[in-house]
Amino acid sequence: MKYIDYKQLNPFQKFAYNFTEFFKKLPGRVAAFFKAIGRFFVKLFTGIGKGVANYVTRFIKGDFAVKLSYLIFGFGNFAKGQIIKGLLFLATEVAYIYFMITFGWPNLSKFNTLGTVETQLVDDGPFKKTVFGDNSMLILLYSVVTIAVTFVVLFIYITNTKSAYKLQQLKSEGKHIMTFKEETKDFLDGKFHVTMLSLPVTLIAIFTIMPLIFMILIAFTNYNKSHMPPGTLFTWVGFENFSQLVNVTTGGKRGVTFIELTQWTIIWAIFATFTNYILGMIVALMINKKGIKLKSLWRTLFVITIAVPQFVSLLLMNQMLQVNGAINILLSDITGQEVAIQFLNTNALMARITVIIINCWVGIPYTILSASGILMNIPADLYESARIDGAGPVKQFTKITLPYMLFVTAPSLITQFVGNINNFNVIYLLTGGGPSTERFYQAGYTDILVTWLFKLTMNQQDYDLAAAIGILVFIVCATLSLITFNMSKSMKDEEAFS
Amino acid sequence: MIKSYKARRIISNTIIYIVLAVLGIIWVSPLVYLVLHSFRAEGLATVPYLIPHSYSFDNYINLFVNTGTLNFPRWYLNTFVVACCACVISTLSVLMVSYAFSRLRFKSRKKFINVGMILGMFPGFMTMIAIYYLLKAMNLSQTLVALVICYSAGAGLGFQISKGFFDTIPRALDEAATVDGATRNQIFWKIILPMSKPIVVYTVLTSFIGPWTDFILCKLIMGDNRDNYTVAIGLQLMVSNEFKVNYFKQFMAGSVLVAVPITVLFLMMQKYYVEGVTAGGVKG
Repeated sequence: MKYIDYKQLNPFQKFAYNFTEFFKKLPGRVAAFFKAIGRFFVKLFTGIGKGVANYVTRFIKGDFAVKLSYLIFGFGNFAKGQIIKGLLFLATEVAYIYFMITFGWPNLSKFNTLGTVETQLVDDGPFKKTVFGDNSMLILLYSVVTIAVTFVVLFIYITNTKSAYKLQQLKSEGKHIMTFKEETKDFLDGKFHVTMLSLPVTLIAIFTIMPLIFMILIAFTNYNKSHMPPGTLFTWVGFENFSQLVNVTTGGKRGVTFIELTQWTIIWAIFATFTNYILGMIVALMINKKGIKLKSLWRTLFVITIAVPQFVSLLLMNQMLQVNGAINILLSDITGQEVAIQFLNTNALMARITVIIINCWVGIPYTILSASGILMNIPADLYESARIDGAGPVKQFTKITLPYMLFVTAPSLITQFVGNINNFNVIYLLTGGGPSTERFYQAGYTDILVTWLFKLTMNQQDYDLAAAIGILVFIVCATLSLITFNMSKSMKDEEAFS
Repeated sequence: MIKSYKARRIISNTIIYIVLAVLGIIWVSPLVYLVLHSFRAEGLATVPYLIPHSYSFDNYINLFVNTGTLNFPRWYLNTFVVACCACVISTLSVLMVSYAFSRLRFKSRKKFINVGMILGMFPGFMTMIAIYYLLKAMNLSQTLVALVICYSAGAGLGFQISKGFFDTIPRALDEAATVDGATRNQIFWKIILPMSKPIVVYTVLTSFIGPWTDFILCKLIMGDNRDNYTVAIGLQLMVSNEFKVNYFKQFMAGSVLVAVPITVLFLMMQKYYVEGVTAGGVKG
């Protein structure tokens, strides 16, 4: 359809057109997402190739000082009079060599075995003495640190050669070479972004990116309670942890647990997302309906439950749902006879349904908060023309409101779905995973994958298994998040619902 | 015809009012129950009726006097200190990152933004286990410093909202200041920050509230070191099977003491949130 045709449509047709187009394009978008990943890697490798090529050309074209700076950090800066900068480069090199000799290499050299010397009890006269051997966990951790430091130093090294070559060019063109003082001042102006970003980026690198790498590596080892440093060593086991999870014959109870909990996690995420979404929207519609008074009072009633910390409200709910808790008392008062329903502790289905219902209490206010804004933006003429055509309130909801909201909020729906896969609080605080069962390995019927992961780490010290579960969940969530990201990016370019 | 239309509307509105009222009661009643029973004087953990028969301040007083086994005031103080420190660091990180991404132009800015957004989408829960090992290796596990680090280290990733806000401040201001000889550093502190009060307040409040409500990380890091607990795990401990019988009423009181300030801050934040988001939303 050409733009001019599109412009001539009435709002309702425009809407229908956009709506169908959105879903027609969806498979294409998913494909585009994977293509984008492919392009990313192509770009990455050509980038590296280019970098290496530049590195070589700089060496060939450079003068003696530049060439020497390839071996001795900062030599190019010394030769052109930038003493302090040169010293800083040189100090980095010296520090790195010292670091590698004393700390880096001893750990890195054991990286492929994760240590061979066992901790032993040795006879020492009348007593036994512990002689500590290698600590596999520390070897792995310090190796990751060493590799990270090496990357940073590599970056400084490249900067050093670039800087040397640039100085040579400046000198041959007869331009001014900055003094150290001028360069530091530049960090408050021309290079202010470096000043602003260095601290946050360092923190993120240390506490987000490095832990991720470490956790991924742990999943390929047998670091668990029977291989616990410093007492015993652990080592690489390849994909064994994953095969235990995915394959019931090799994994036994663990495999069964993983498969059943995955099913429940998906069911939970679907129900939790859609019940909250649809019910929340209905309430938001009621609050925002024309002619309803005290709108802000109604909204506040719901929003106030968001403000109360989740651990308070959920722990309270847990207590209220016990056999002698408030809900049963209320039911007894209403029916006039003794009611003692076990909401959470015995029946798996009952517990699961209860969790989903309580999650509505937790989640609906969030939907109300975000939906109110969007609902007010739906063009009023859509409803008007629908009313003239004889559509009742239900039809208006299913044919206009719901599609419109879906269109606008589809990305956030996926984000919520991901959030629910990781919805630790509701499950852990409400049921603690119970009712427990012998069929599962260290899990109960309402446990989702992340709460199982948490229990394995906290109570069982099965770090290897936990890390493997973490990676599997991570892959699913990351793929969904990236598709969302692509979608919301492409949706911004579109002229949606004008 | 008109009359019947009006009548129909009245009926439908009445139904809506009734539904809203019922829902409102359902949503608020647990909180009312919490407050009422935090003042309950009689009984132990539970009583077989909904509305307490007598009221007193004993539960609140016990919370602060009876600190032998479970030290609630200490937990409260811990949480407050951690929240303050984390708040300063994360606010600075967020504002710095979003200023750099919004106002400064440098090589691979787009790449940084994309990587940041993708990293931000990954659930934080996944890395927690590894952070735990890392802190253990640094000899920081079971300390408050570790908590501060955890709450504030990743804060820089939450730059989107404040970046959106900074984007709306006209660039002409920067240019005028540059002509007058101001450096970008001065522009940040003297021009942009004073103009961004809503977003600064919003960032401060969100990062202050975080440690009060977080549960997982703290439990993971603190283990059994009860002295360094924050209120969240402390209160959970109170309703664990070991302590529930004697401490349930104090749990209620403690929950109220945590929930009230957080609720007030949240409602305050909401105002700024709406301002910040609508202002930040103009240019996406």
